[in-house]
This record gives sequence, structure tokens and C-alpha cells, in this order.
Amino acid sequence: MALFTRAPKAEPILGQNRAVANVLSFITWIIGLAFFFPLFWLTVNGFKEESVASADPTLIFDPTLDRFTEVTESNAGLLSFTEAFANSFWIVLTSTALVMLLAVPAAYALSIRPMRMWRDVLFFFISTKFLPIVGAIMPLWIIARDLDLLGTRTILIVLYTAMNLPLAVWMLRSFFAEVPKELIEAAQIDGCSLMGQIRQVLLPIVAPGVAATALLCVIFAWNEFFLAVQLNPTGASTIPVWVNSQQKFQGQFIASLSAASVLATFPVVIAGWVAQKRMIRGLAMGAIK
Amino acid sequence: MSNAVIDNEVESKQESHEAEVKRLEKLEGWKRRIPILPALIFTILVTQIPFLFTLFYSLTDWRIDKTDPRQFIGLENYTSLTSESEKFFRDAAWVSVQMTVLAVLLSLIVGTMLAILLDRKFFGQGFVRTLLITPFLVMPVVAGLMWKTQMFNSSFGLLNWALNGLGLDSIEYATRYPLASVIVVLVWQWSPFMMLIVLAGLQGQDQSVLEAARVDGATTFGIFRQITFPQLRPFLELGTLLGAIYLIQVYDHIEVIVGGQPGANNLPFYIAQRSIGGGNRFGLASSYSIIVVIASIIIANIGLRVLSGLLEDDS
Repeated sequence: MALFTRAPKAEPILGQNRAVANVLSFITWIIGLAFFFPLFWLTVNGFKEESVASADPTLIFDPTLDRFTEVTESNAGLLSFTEAFANSFWIVLTSTALVMLLAVPAAYALSIRPMRMWRDVLFFFISTKFLPIVGAIMPLWIIARDLDLLGTRTILIVLYTAMNLPLAVWMLRSFFAEVPKELIEAAQIDGCSLMGQIRQVLLPIVAPGVAATALLCVIFAWNEFFLAVQLNPTGASTIPVWVNSQQKFQGQFIASLSAASVLATFPVVIAGWVAQKRMIRGLAMGAIK
Repeated sequence: MSNAVIDNEVESKQESHEAEVKRLEKLEGWKRRIPILPALIFTILVTQIPFLFTLFYSLTDWRIDKTDPRQFIGLENYTSLTSESEKFFRDAAWVSVQMTVLAVLLSLIVGTMLAILLDRKFFGQGFVRTLLITPFLVMPVVAGLMWKTQMFNSSFGLLNWALNGLGLDSIEYATRYPLASVIVVLVWQWSPFMMLIVLAGLQGQDQSVLEAARVDGATTFGIFRQITFPQLRPFLELGTLLGAIYLIQVYDHIEVIVGGQPGANNLPFYIAQRSIGGGNRFGLASSYSIIVVIASIIIANIGLRVLSGLLEDDS
């Protein structure tokens, strides 16, 4: 059941008639552009002068990079872009690495050589995603406070690892389930160790799936705001907290806020574009394959 | 006598053999379990243990800004939820219900329509799909700020600029219609997600069945109602489940778009406000949390039945 690679003679639901088909294609284009428009507008505004961004909407103006340099400058006492970026970078990188380190063997035990009751265990992992984080935030805050972890990268690394782990196990299992069992058995007969099997047989086949899973973890961790703002509002703050702080309550700030938003959003949006097919497949087909 | 001895010997041999098999089976069981243990233990420690603490806190009267010792008060926090003083809790609960139901339903409807439109060969199909999934990738904080300052805002918002062009007065949407404003942004972000799930369902359809129906003279609508829709159902259910689970937890959009003004504070926002965010009523706020957890468990239980139906075919 491959996505996006339909059999050539596949017939769509709509549009048997050529004229109707053209109209529908046109409508789809319009809707696609409309959905993207707010982001386009945001990007355009990031290249404007403040006074232009706050005046009547226009697409004709002298583009400038000044807003981007302004928002990335550091001001004493305020969370700077470089600081927030460094925090986000290390937190996202470390938590994603930890997730993969824990999830790859776990997915192995759920698919290649399934343990007893693997379905129940998989359900347990998924079900942890169903418990809302507000149900845990107070004890987490207290534990973090008592361990002196409030405002540190460590606390967010641990929590983002826990946040993404079930998702990663879920996706990796569906990718692993596609690996031919015979290959693994052959490696076992040849006396290959567990780590050897994973490294030499499994990973080369599922590498694209693993990469897509890791990328999805990166996106979710990069975008996370609730835990960051509750636990690290001042120390070791991340990019979402920084963007939110660019909202000023006096003076004009639309253009600089737009520039900041572009810097915060586009790294992961582009990553998402690159990996979209596999990510979608891993997410949606996790339930089926 | 000698027979009995032999019998005994055979029996004990068999027994030891059986024990050996059992031991090996057990060993094999553990071998298979070991790779999952680190992930399992980590997940239990970080995601399950805190819930037990919350459950315990919810049975106490505890304000961390006061030096009063934590007092065990049983179910008093829960019974007080219906009292006059807890009006804001009930408002937040009602906002949560409206927000989750409306955002999920609207995203599902819009997403399904988008998926049907996309499930055709046309010029630039891949590009339009990329445009359509982008809102889902956008950082929620940025999505909220962008809609608030550049779409809804009464002075620089594009929506009001369009209204003014039509000769109508500006509206400060986020203040006048806080709940609707948040829902619009949520639907913008979640329709693409629903679209992807429905698209997976549409593209997994058995083409020969569709072909046969067409040969038999079925109409497009008839095919959709009788063949496509039943096949899409598990995907629609999956979308509803995942959407509901995530959207019941929405926090970012609310903080950014309406930030505490009345009318759009849902439970997660209200809970944070009443505890860490300065309220300091950890005992009481924990009882709110437990209510959210119970609601989520109910949704998840219904949803998991659907998912386990999907996993049945797995071998």
C-alpha cells in the first residue's frame, strides 16, 4: 500500500469530465495558495521597514534585511537569538539522539523478534501520548525545582525525550515491520549479535525511515512551547519562548516580529518539506502496516 | 521394582528436560524483552509516575506560596468543583469541550475535502500538496502570533483591511471572538494533518473495486457513499482520535492569541495559570488536571478500540 505512488490507471473520485477536472485543479491550486498565504505574508513583512509593515498592506516596497539583523542582535538582560538558538539546538539534538537510542531497540523488540504481548506494550507506549501533559506538569515542576533543574537544558532534554519516544517507537515499528524476516534470520544463523544485526542488517534497510522519524522528533521538539515556557521561562529558554518575547506592547513591531518568526519557523518547515512522504507514511501507516 | 526405578528415572529425566525447556524459554523471553526495557522504564518513570503525584496532590489542600503544611482533604477539591467559587473552572471546561469538538470536526471536514481534491492527477499536484501541509509544520507560537498580528488585528490585520475595503468597520477579532479566533488558527494548522490521513486512506483504495462499480454504472456520489466512505472510516476515526488527543491539550495558541482574557481559556491554560503561572493552588489545580486526564482516557479508550481493530489484520 504505497502512498503517493498510485497505479497509473488509478481513477480519482472526482473529475471524470475534462472541463470539470480543470476547474477542480484550479480550485485546488487556489486553496493551496490560500493555505500558504499567511506564511507568504509573514515572510514578506519580515523584509519591510516597521512603518511600511504597519501601514496599508502592500507588496511594493524596498526590501531590507535590517529587521533580521536587529532581531538577532543581543540586548543585555533580554533573551537573545543566539542564546535561544543554542539552547534549542542542543536540547533538540540531544533529546532526538536519546529518543533514537531508546526507540530503535524497542521497535526491534516489537517487530523483528517480537516479545510476548508486544501489542499490549505498543499500546502502552501510544497510550502515554494520550495522557495530557497538564496532568503531569505540577509534579514535574516540583521535582525539577527540588533537583535544581528549573531553567536548565537537562530538564527539557529529559521531557522532550519522553514526549517523542512513543511516537518514535510507533513509527519505527511500522518501518521495521517491512523488513524481510529472512534477512534477519540469516544474520542470526551466521551468529551475528543483536547489536550487529541492528547495525549491519536492519539499519541500512530502514535508514530512510529512521531519518524521517528523527526528523519528526526534531520538528516536535523544536516547536514545543508549553514545557519550555512553564519550566524554563528565564534560564535555558528555547526559540519559541524567544519568538513570543518579540511581541512588544508599545511601538511598531510587526516587521521585526515577522523576521523573528521566519527565523524560528523555516528551519523545520524546510526539513518537513524534504521528508514529508516518509513522515506521513510512518505516521499514518503505523496503524495499518 | 526395577521398573519403578526406571520409570522414576525416565520421569525425572523428562522433568529435568521440561525444566530445561522452560528455562530456555524464559531466557529467550527475556532476551526478546531486554531491548525494550530501557525505553519502557524511562517512559514509565517520566510519564506515569508524575500522574500518581498529581493524583495525590489532588487529594490535598496545598498552596505552595504559603508555609501551611500540605493537608490531606480527601475528595474535597473534587466536590468543590460544582460550587460557585469554581465558576472559572467550569467555564474553562466548557471552552475545552467547544474548542476540541469544533476544531476536530472542522479540521476533519476541511481536511477530507482537501484530500479528495488532491487525490487526482493534475499539474503541480506535489507542489500543491506541499503548500497544503505547510501549516501543520509551523511552530504553534508563530502560527498564533502571525494570525493575531497580521490577520485578526484591527490596525494591521489583512482581514480588517479587506473589511474596510468593503466599507465595513474593523473588528478586533481576537478580543471580540476569542474562541472563534483560536479555532480558526487551529483548523488552519490541523486540516493539513487530517488531509494527510484521509489521503492515505484514499490512495490505499482497491482500484479494481472502484473500476467494477464504474462499469456497473455507479455514479461518482454513489461510489463515494457506498465504497469510498466505508473504506475511509478507519482513517477518519484515526484522524478524530489523534486530533482530539492533541487538541484537548492546546496551550500555545491560547497563550499567544488571547493570553488570559476571558472567553477562550481552556483547561490546560487555566490549570497552568492556577498553579505554576502564579496561582500556586497546586492541590486544587491538580484536581482539574485529573479531570482532563479522565476525559482523555475516555476519548483514548474509544479511540484505541478503533486502532486495535486496525491492528487485527497485522501478522
